[in-house]
Amino acid sequence: MIPKMITRLEDFRRYRPLLRQLVAKDIKLKYRRSFLGYLWSILNPLMIMIIMVLVFSNMFRFDIENFPVYLITGQTIFNFVSEATNQAMFSITGNAALLKKTYVPKYIFTLSKVTSNLVNTFFALGAMLIVFVVCHVRFQVYMLFIPGILLEVYIFCVGLGLFLAQATVFFRDVQHIYAAFLTAWMYLTPIFYPITMLPPGLIWMIEHFNPLYSYITQLRTIVLEGLFPDSRLILYGFAVAFVSLMVGTWAFVRSQDQFILYV
Amino acid sequence: MGNSSYINRHKDGKTDYAVVVDHATVRFNMASERIDNLKEYFVKLVKRELMFKEFLALKDVSLKVRKGEAWGIVGTNGSGKSTLLKLICGILKPYQGTVTVHGAIAPLIELGAGFDGELTARENIYLNGAVLGYDEKYMGRHFDEIVGFAELQDFLDMPIKNYSSGMAARLGFAIATVVEPDILICDEVLAVGDYAFQQKCERKMKQMRERGATLLYVSHSIESVKEVCGHALWLDRGIARMCGAADEVCDAYIKSLKG
Repeated sequence: MIPKMITRLEDFRRYRPLLRQLVAKDIKLKYRRSFLGYLWSILNPLMIMIIMVLVFSNMFRFDIENFPVYLITGQTIFNFVSEATNQAMFSITGNAALLKKTYVPKYIFTLSKVTSNLVNTFFALGAMLIVFVVCHVRFQVYMLFIPGILLEVYIFCVGLGLFLAQATVFFRDVQHIYAAFLTAWMYLTPIFYPITMLPPGLIWMIEHFNPLYSYITQLRTIVLEGLFPDSRLILYGFAVAFVSLMVGTWAFVRSQDQFILYV
Repeated sequence: MGNSSYINRHKDGKTDYAVVVDHATVRFNMASERIDNLKEYFVKLVKRELMFKEFLALKDVSLKVRKGEAWGIVGTNGSGKSTLLKLICGILKPYQGTVTVHGAIAPLIELGAGFDGELTARENIYLNGAVLGYDEKYMGRHFDEIVGFAELQDFLDMPIKNYSSGMAARLGFAIATVVEPDILICDEVLAVGDYAFQQKCERKMKQMRERGATLLYVSHSIESVKEVCGHALWLDRGIARMCGAADEVCDAYIKSLKG
């Protein structure tokens, strides 16, 4: 067991350049041949936020203070999770040609997709920053914990991504199920509405079983209330992330030698 | 999977053997029996047909290659030649038996397998190097050598999707052979590329052989197997039919094809 772990770690060291190259490739190709290039990573979330602010302050009104900030914080976290896991899900089946022809540790592909989405999220923080300035958010020292929140989300996404990637290899149906699941997940996460408008039973469910609620609430506590997030929320966030990572890794390692028979 | 299969990859093994394949069996899932949706899965589960209809691409094959030897692998289409090479490269895992490899492998199985069509040749050199396990620094040092060998100086900033298959193969060969491999694995890669480049590749392979690299070679051209290799293995529908001196094995193989 332990020698096997050491071999795996050595393998990871050897293929770290590949991880870097794959992440760089994703980022380079995303905006290649577009006029504004990387600027889109900032413009895109801003534009979506502006549209949603217009919709929700004219058509459906919620009593939320500083709504643009409320919205963009939730939206940034949710987009990270949905994009990262969705792309991770296709990371094995999408690289079938390569996996059949050369030996590469397979999880590298999944890891690279989640990592390149983390980098994109750092760009999106630029958009958040602009909104903060425009909406007079007070900058304070607790904001230094924001990368910590992103770390929780990242670990969570790696685990979920590994699980989805291996499941998709054996059952392509997972793709379609997960697409529907993501829609439900979006509405069950208080991104554009206050959680208090839900019935108490549902609030309890979301607080306990939707890790995104924890991540988004941590971010909003810092930004909107200027307080350090509740330590129980942080603990819960990390715990869920590590459980996700363990389950995902276990499922992936258990079945990875079979991938080549099904891709 | 109740088996004891594993692959060992050592950087500097102390044995005389470069590759040891010990009673290896490789199992494939027949495409028609592929289960890729949940409904089918449950139907099979209920019918207890979940274990797929297996197809053994290699059956109990053993092969011991000493350091510095050149082995040809011959056989008809579908006899398991490529499967054996993929097994040795670590792409496939044996279902039963073991595979042990001592030394760094340069797989010339499908050249440019790691190329991304959207990226330029320059970017692909680094990406492909990373697929083979080499970092940016190493590739940077050998960059000019690779470009020079592939003779693609004028097309470095063109996306690979606009390359001809011969050009892409040239680049792939140049990248795969920039390292000093202990074991060279060739699967009909030289069929692409023009005559001049084929000659160049053969010279390069000869050079590496002279430095003591082990060679595993698959080709349908019996003449080139006889010329390049001292030993040969004849595979027939996944079974090792004959194993020994290249001339004898090749003659027996040709004879079986004719009669």
